[in-house]
Amino acid sequence: MTDVADPEAAMTAAPATGHETPAHPPTTTGMSHNKVAMWLFLGSECLLFGALISVYMFAKSRLPAGEIGPNDVFDIPFTSVSSFVLLMSSLTMVLALSALTRGEERGFRIWIVATALLGGTFIAGQVYEFTVFYNLGLGYTTNIFGSAFYTLTGFHGAHVTIGIVMLMSALVASLRGRLSPRNAETVELIGLYWHFVDIVWILIFTIIYLFPQ
Amino acid sequence: MTQTQSAQPDAHTEPTPEDAAAGAEGDDHGEHHEHPSDRQYVKIALILGGLTALEVFTYFESVHNLGDAAIYVILIVLMVLKFIYVVAWFMHLKFDSVLFKRIFVAGIVLALGVYLVMLTAFRIWGV
Repeated sequence: MTDVADPEAAMTAAPATGHETPAHPPTTTGMSHNKVAMWLFLGSECLLFGALISVYMFAKSRLPAGEIGPNDVFDIPFTSVSSFVLLMSSLTMVLALSALTRGEERGFRIWIVATALLGGTFIAGQVYEFTVFYNLGLGYTTNIFGSAFYTLTGFHGAHVTIGIVMLMSALVASLRGRLSPRNAETVELIGLYWHFVDIVWILIFTIIYLFPQ
Repeated sequence: MTQTQSAQPDAHTEPTPEDAAAGAEGDDHGEHHEHPSDRQYVKIALILGGLTALEVFTYFESVHNLGDAAIYVILIVLMVLKFIYVVAWFMHLKFDSVLFKRIFVAGIVLALGVYLVMLTAFRIWGV
């Protein structure tokens, strides 16, 4: 049994069986406070995206007849592929964490790079989509629909971009030998953020793109 | 005392919608009770891919014969299923402390509250 008063001992006590918990020092709640903080952050992010989606729906309902709108610009087959790519990045993310907790550094690096590449592909698709929409005549200030659409999807794209930066930071930490099964919680937190970005897109794809216009 | 993770569940256990809908059933006292195997993660991803394909299928004109109301219901059900699968399995809420689920659900409820308040602004207050 490890002395609770000795965080260092607690961090080093678990044997590297490949199935151990990402270790963290004992806390007053018995839970990782970093993880509690991440879930609180994600809870607050629900409010941000809830508000943005609400504003979009409001804006779309107030779009004057005859102005450029969703039916004029959306390319559902293209966005479906982008959505599938982002969805699959959640799979590669959990496989990266799984590999790290088993102590498989090479597997972790492969899956984390795959996740970043899939995220990058999604962002590239979004940039292409924005460019096409702009060329079709939908700018940020063209009408209320354009402002709400670009704000919502732009905020989401910014979140994905930040996620990619975090993924690459984890890769660099791994290459420098700073990631191991013992501090896999860092990657777990990045994964929570990444999956959250994915579930937000699940909502956006359905509500913004697929709902009958 | 360190917390140790129990062995991975049987790799042949099939994830079901009931499992996903059950969501986070972790206890109040800890985290990391068990994690799915890689094989289970792949099965979840395949289910998510299938649900996405069904969503996209509704886009085609032939299905629109069902009417907008039916399309809304189908899409919302599929969206919620995908949401629950990702949160429960990929974000491990099914296996983690129930506190995390409560925190996250609180955020979702507040977000839905924002939407409902806006809806009342349209329908009741006539904004």
